[in-house]
Amino acid sequence: MTQSVVVQVGQCGNQVGCRFWDLALREHAAVNKKGIYDEALSSFFRNVDTRSAGDGPDIYKGKICSLKARALLIDMEEGVVNEILQGPLRDVFDSKQLITDVSGSGNNCPVQAENQLISKYVEGILGIASPPSSRAVGYKVYGCQYRENIVEKLRKTAEHCDCLQCFFIIHSMGGGTGSGLGTFVLNLLEDEFPEVYRFVTSVYPSGEDDVITSPYNSVLAMKELNEHADCVLPIENESLFDIVNKIHQMINSGKLGSTVKPNSLVTSSAGTAKTVQEKPFDAMNNIIANLLLNLTSSARFEGSLNMDLNEISMNLVPFPRLHYLVSSLTPLYTLADVNIPSRRLDQMFSDAFSRDHQLIRADPKHSLYLACALLVRGNVQVSDLRRNIERLKPSLHFISWNQEGWKTSLCSVPPVGHSHSLLALANNTCVKPTFMELKDRFMKLYKKKAHLHHYLQVDGMEQGCFSEAISSLSDLIEEYNELDASKGGLRTDPSRLKIAV
Amino acid sequence: MSIVAVQLGQCGNQVGHEVFNTICGDVRGTHGLCSKKENEAYHDACTERFFSEAESGVPVARAVLVDMEPKVISQTLSIAARSGHWKYDDQSHFCQKQGSGNNWANGYSVHGPRNKEVIMNLVQKEVEKCDRLSGFFTIMSMAGGTGSGLGAFVTQCLRDAFPTSFILNHVIWPYGTGEVIVQNYNSVLTLSHLYQSSDALLVHENDVIHKICAQLMHIKQISFRDVNQVIAHQLGSVFQPAHTAEAGLHYSRNPLGDLMEALVPHPEFKMLGLRNIPQMPENSLAYSTFSWPGLLKHLRQMLIANAKMEEGIDWQVRPPCPGSSISSSHSTNKLLHFNTSIANLVILRGKDMHSVDLGSFRDPSLYTSWLNPQDAFNAWKTPRAFNKYEKSASLVSNSQFLLKPLDNVVGKAWNMFASKAYIHQYTKFGIEEEDFLDSFTTLEQVISSYTNL
Repeated sequence: MTQSVVVQVGQCGNQVGCRFWDLALREHAAVNKKGIYDEALSSFFRNVDTRSAGDGPDIYKGKICSLKARALLIDMEEGVVNEILQGPLRDVFDSKQLITDVSGSGNNCPVQAENQLISKYVEGILGIASPPSSRAVGYKVYGCQYRENIVEKLRKTAEHCDCLQCFFIIHSMGGGTGSGLGTFVLNLLEDEFPEVYRFVTSVYPSGEDDVITSPYNSVLAMKELNEHADCVLPIENESLFDIVNKIHQMINSGKLGSTVKPNSLVTSSAGTAKTVQEKPFDAMNNIIANLLLNLTSSARFEGSLNMDLNEISMNLVPFPRLHYLVSSLTPLYTLADVNIPSRRLDQMFSDAFSRDHQLIRADPKHSLYLACALLVRGNVQVSDLRRNIERLKPSLHFISWNQEGWKTSLCSVPPVGHSHSLLALANNTCVKPTFMELKDRFMKLYKKKAHLHHYLQVDGMEQGCFSEAISSLSDLIEEYNELDASKGGLRTDPSRLKIAV
Repeated sequence: MSIVAVQLGQCGNQVGHEVFNTICGDVRGTHGLCSKKENEAYHDACTERFFSEAESGVPVARAVLVDMEPKVISQTLSIAARSGHWKYDDQSHFCQKQGSGNNWANGYSVHGPRNKEVIMNLVQKEVEKCDRLSGFFTIMSMAGGTGSGLGAFVTQCLRDAFPTSFILNHVIWPYGTGEVIVQNYNSVLTLSHLYQSSDALLVHENDVIHKICAQLMHIKQISFRDVNQVIAHQLGSVFQPAHTAEAGLHYSRNPLGDLMEALVPHPEFKMLGLRNIPQMPENSLAYSTFSWPGLLKHLRQMLIANAKMEEGIDWQVRPPCPGSSISSSHSTNKLLHFNTSIANLVILRGKDMHSVDLGSFRDPSLYTSWLNPQDAFNAWKTPRAFNKYEKSASLVSNSQFLLKPLDNVVGKAWNMFASKAYIHQYTKFGIEEEDFLDSFTTLEQVISSYTNL
């Protein structure tokens, strides 16, 4: 069995991460009733004997002693991280897994030369002594300041794994720490652990973002995601907000009455360690946490058609840079009556292709699919998959050379509260408008050189970084354009090799 | 003689488990409908082929289980042990921690060389348990990474290490859509490599078996287990002991050798397909009776019309009239309808099989012109009924049956290759564009050879 490490960066990253760990514990508790430390648990958790002094040894077999998250928590403000450490999840983390900017350690960058090197791509973390949220400070300043510290802690975490397969970075694109330090860590991971996959969950800022420089931060971060991530799961807050509202309406409309199983809501924390009052963002963050749980379920649990994490990029990324996957989750809740007719099962598949269940606002049905994966959990068989693929295929456009671009998996363990669930991942040109909008907002600021000086005053941050970043984004958009242009055109298959008889 | 099974990847291990389960269930069954002596001989021959005796008395499958991730193997071992009727050897399996990720190149170029020694040691140990070795039966899918990539690599190693043993590769052909996106690349690479090192490829198409589950077995919600059980039943119906024409009343001594001799007269043609009749839900069996002439009439038409199952056979298809000139229009027409054979093997199991007239399968017009029809057809028989079927017939055929699916896979892979999609995933592990081109060439050659029969 392989292991994964979660690196949560910035306020957003840490809040989402916190919900992830809480729901992950809930999921394993539901499956693992005997309290034995098993292989499934080992993929995200260590089992540590805390009775011995210091960092106890890992226990590989037998009873669960004390579970520790395979995680690294990074933030430049102590607020969120401290809150986690005082909250119900405090036992899952220890201080060796944290990096925060304690008491302004100032500019004691260890090696100046390294600073230069790093600063080439450090563009983003905004933090000390600079306006709120400039990615430059995050990337260049904190990045270099903490490089050694981060690397050391990553190595420690990696040493506890016997087969480390994947890093999951959770961060936001708009803020300084998440975008800057988040993508700095992404680079670092590529340098230090080239064999290990890098999946990035990126929360994109909305048009009405309160961080005025968020277009700068996002575009600078996009360049790093383009170049160094294996897969990116873009997420927009508006979409999460819409899902939360939709569920809220459904429940309060009385249509469903009290028949919704409370722990089945994709937004719910019911049954977790979280006892304090829920925060408004918790519901939204729970959706992202569920995304990550479903994404990794087939790698953790048994099933008749397994899907390891390395199969995701293999099947869904036909060209290295086009690794942005639109995700949608269904069902959002399960009704309490248990007998699910197969019509409702089919509804789950239809829902996965409706906008209401997507984690970004996009229109895959009217765009072009490069590839699509269906990750199914629970009591679903291969004939259900086949029937639904046949049913849905006619309404979707696939690129000419991948007309049958479906990847599927069947995991026998359903999510808590559900009998079955589906996560659809689409590599689709519909992400392009999101990127174009980001580019527009960037250009509006950049034309006037607005706020640019905040970034340029950071050591190693030059205007070239901005022009490189925007051209990287433009290239990406162009790649999607070229694929879109092939849509609807006359399809001529390339002529086959001829064999002389 | 004994056969050592090598189960590779998730699919190979799941199918392999069902095969041993079916075989074991069949020999243990009390429905053999034959003399006690016959039944004992059948039992002994089957045991020698597929099982070794452990001290505990529970038969141990002659199998090596290989996968690159641990979940499937640990599940397979424990289900087999729980049956109480047979088990796998505790030592005869190998898994790693991280799968091949659907990447043929990863299985073939990375996992293969890295784990060659351990895997071949396990095979060697299993071989040493056999008094006499007939050969190897490898079970794998060609869609994923481990079965396909590592499977192709291990097959080469087997060929090198056991140059005089027979190797039969059982290949699961993926669904046309919806399993693995890069399955056509993986398939092209697998088939072309197996064509170099294997003696024959016995193919089962998932789409076909799925249809059998739906239309003949009447299963509503079809699982992979259902599909695998049908495959196992078909394989069992071929590999369980039967009398060859030469061996008279002794059970065939070299099952793989006999099979190759009957079906693979030329190294350019080694694609084998399998059909059986009847196939139905167990609870309908009690209410059904069959006559041999009826079964064989259907089976023959399934062969010439290339129907994969009893339902939906096109009865219009006829063999070409002898002596008719082969104009180009005629041969296209022929390609669409009539399935030309190189060689066929019919296996009859059950009551009254000695009285059966197989003349309709000896008809020279079924076969390509360059082979003597006498050599092109063989029949194996046993009075011992198989798996609760009072009478059953199986047909293993080296014919044009796979032409269309093969042409599809190569065509789709070629379209993808022309756009260079996913190629970077393979070059990462050392499989270059030229390697793809070589594989395409090999398979276009195979297609061309079978087309021009």
